[in-house]
Amino acid sequence: MFCSPAVVGLSVHRKKRSLEVGITLNIPKGLTLVDTPEMIKGEGYGLTKLEKVVGLARANSIWPLPFATSCCGIEFMATMASTYDLGRFGAERLSFSPRQADLLMVMGTIAKKMGPILRQVYIQMAEPKWVIAVGACASSGGIFDTYSVLQGIDKVIPVDVYVPGCPPPPEAILDGILKIQELIKNESFRRRQSPEYKALLESYGIQ
Amino acid sequence: MIDNNYISQAIQEQFGEAVRSIELSYDMLDIVLEKEVIHDAILWLKDHKVMQFNFLTSLCGMNYPDRKNEEMSVVYHLHSLTNNIRIRLHCFFSEKEPKVKTVTDIFAAANWMERETYDFFGIQFDGHPDLRRILNLDDMQYFPLLKKYPLEDATRTDKEDKYFGRS
Repeated sequence: MFCSPAVVGLSVHRKKRSLEVGITLNIPKGLTLVDTPEMIKGEGYGLTKLEKVVGLARANSIWPLPFATSCCGIEFMATMASTYDLGRFGAERLSFSPRQADLLMVMGTIAKKMGPILRQVYIQMAEPKWVIAVGACASSGGIFDTYSVLQGIDKVIPVDVYVPGCPPPPEAILDGILKIQELIKNESFRRRQSPEYKALLESYGIQ
Repeated sequence: MIDNNYISQAIQEQFGEAVRSIELSYDMLDIVLEKEVIHDAILWLKDHKVMQFNFLTSLCGMNYPDRKNEEMSVVYHLHSLTNNIRIRLHCFFSEKEPKVKTVTDIFAAANWMERETYDFFGIQFDGHPDLRRILNLDDMQYFPLLKKYPLEDATRTDKEDKYFGRS
């Protein structure tokens, strides 16, 4: 995941510019290269969309709110700790107040009695906000197909990313976070004002 | 020190006809009483000078749908801390009138246990100070541990029986 095309693209650019500044970089033969990014074609300055810059900043400084109710929460602890270290993705600052959080991470079985509380936490979060359902229980009720358990948190709040597993390993949780980052990076400024988004919230009876 | 023989004899002398059966299972006395005397029996066992069953370990409900007119049951586990001996008391009654006298006036600990039993089996405890649901949603419309209800969530929409071996 770390040898992303963007890095390779940048080195191509440097090689091209080496004609001007006199630096050459060795690029192995047979390597497929991407086109030079649009914003660095000019001389000494770049052009991009504000939306993209804001998206980049938001994606790399997520404040997650861990809503951990069972064993998936234990996996999340491992995800936060040194071996996996969610801090590498700019999300090491956990927010235990929903009003400061960007990302609601629901990890574990949600009993029907817990449903209204989860909903209230979601409503208290400020826009823009994202939700990730970690593990089988949060995603679908999991093995708890029973009268007391909510059959997936998407019965009460909208969900952006589902992470499968029972429980999912830290790698899977990281993958879910990366998916969330992609969503954040590519989100339009107008999405939260759009009729589609309002209709989505209304379908959950929120606002 | 008292033993199981002493307890079963004492109970039989005291309650006579109201004792339906006394069995020994896994070294523990299992006594079935008429539901009319169960409250008095627990009080008598607690206040008894020798036996002193002064601790209510557990209280729960049971449902036997195949037993005609005694589908419901309440089980009491008593512990004599002074003698370090335990017994189990039962009473059976019909699901048409699932009602039994509360023991909260004897053991305050029975309060939540009776609420739980009501919550899951719908058994009414006469004289309970605050008989309402304790674990399930307050607006739940049924008593989920009765055998006539399926264990699975009836509101599920995304789970097909055939994928769960239930077809």
